Amino acid sequence: MAKTKPKLATASLAGCFGCHMSILDIDERILQLIDLVDFDKSPIDDIKEFTGRCAIGLIEGGCCNEENVRVLRDFRSHCDILIAVGECAVMGGLPALRNMVPLKECLDEAYLDGPTVYNPGKVLPNDKELPLILDRVYPIQEVVKVDYSLPGCPPSADTIWQALVALLTDKPLELPYELIKYD
Amino acid sequence: MSDTITFTIDGVEIKGTPGMTILEAADACGVYIPRLCKAKGLSPRGSCRVCTVMVNARPQSACTQPIAEGMIVENDTPALKEHRRQIIEMLLVEGNHFCPLCERSGSCELQALGYRHGIMAPRYPYQFPKRDMDVGHPDLMIDRNRCILCGRCVNASRYVDGKTAYEFVGRSVHKRIAADAATGLAGTRAAADDRAAEVCPVGSIIRKRTAYAVPIGQRPFDRKPIGAEIEAKKA
Repeated sequence: MAKTKPKLATASLAGCFGCHMSILDIDERILQLIDLVDFDKSPIDDIKEFTGRCAIGLIEGGCCNEENVRVLRDFRSHCDILIAVGECAVMGGLPALRNMVPLKECLDEAYLDGPTVYNPGKVLPNDKELPLILDRVYPIQEVVKVDYSLPGCPPSADTIWQALVALLTDKPLELPYELIKYD
Repeated sequence: MSDTITFTIDGVEIKGTPGMTILEAADACGVYIPRLCKAKGLSPRGSCRVCTVMVNARPQSACTQPIAEGMIVENDTPALKEHRRQIIEMLLVEGNHFCPLCERSGSCELQALGYRHGIMAPRYPYQFPKRDMDVGHPDLMIDRNRCILCGRCVNASRYVDGKTAYEFVGRSVHKRIAADAATGLAGTRAAADDRAAEVCPVGSIIRKRTAYAVPIGQRPFDRKPIGAEIEAKKA
């Protein structure tokens, strides 16, 4: 019987799934990763709810709506170590370009005034199934305590790999110069 | 009076000539002191404080402080590195620095200082200030979202190009770079081959139609940290 492996959970909030693609970019090393961890709640294995305590949570994307905040807090309460993965989680990223524009102006441009908008009823999306949008996009460390950040758009597979291996083998997370990038 | 001044930086003997600043003497000897508002060929302004060193146990900006016989300079210490890290982090959150979509990414000195100091994320909250752009000039544009108010363009335009195309306006948090004309940059004599357009350390003054020419991996700071060319001088 194999001994119990630590668990890894991942989520994409207001991101583009590019950071998750970068996780998959570790290529065949994913087989080594499977030796080190079990995946818990993650889009990679499609587990929707936490099955227990996780050692590491990887968060891609910032918080642009109330559901992002709920998922993020859920991760914080289930994960020993929470890592902000990518520029969107670290500083809001491209979605945060709207932070300089008031929310009403953003919605009006998207649904009422934009040159290609067809919306004769002048309806703004307001279905109760839709999570409420926040006034601006929040980097995740402004919402919960974040233990590590991996910048990059996306962080390279090597960056993610070295960080995960260091943390899972109780080594300090020290990345070489070439792996710290903000783009 | 001797023609050579001898002093130490982090215990290493450095020789310079009278009139040199600490930064100039260190550069010549292959010792890198991080700097941001100082550019080669421009007079120092001493405003960014990134080049702060301890001179005989007092903080001084290395770009303005002249060297003196026997002075003891500390540069690469944990306390000074932390001081520089804080300045860089504050600059990163003060403006709108969206590195993934910036033309200067990979050759930006602010970003490169972040890399060199191992900054993974600023510890301060992002301000997301509302800033405007000046895009009327046919060959140049000013993106104030990325401006760090280093003053290099003001200095270069006045003293190198002889044009005073760029100036500071406003005070305190309202301070910004403006073109010296009611019509914006298009109404000045600013040109794309001005030194003022070249010295911008970040992506604030952009020459149009020159972006993304160098592939990722070959840009100046992709593989070598900022200051590597100075440190390479050390035998």
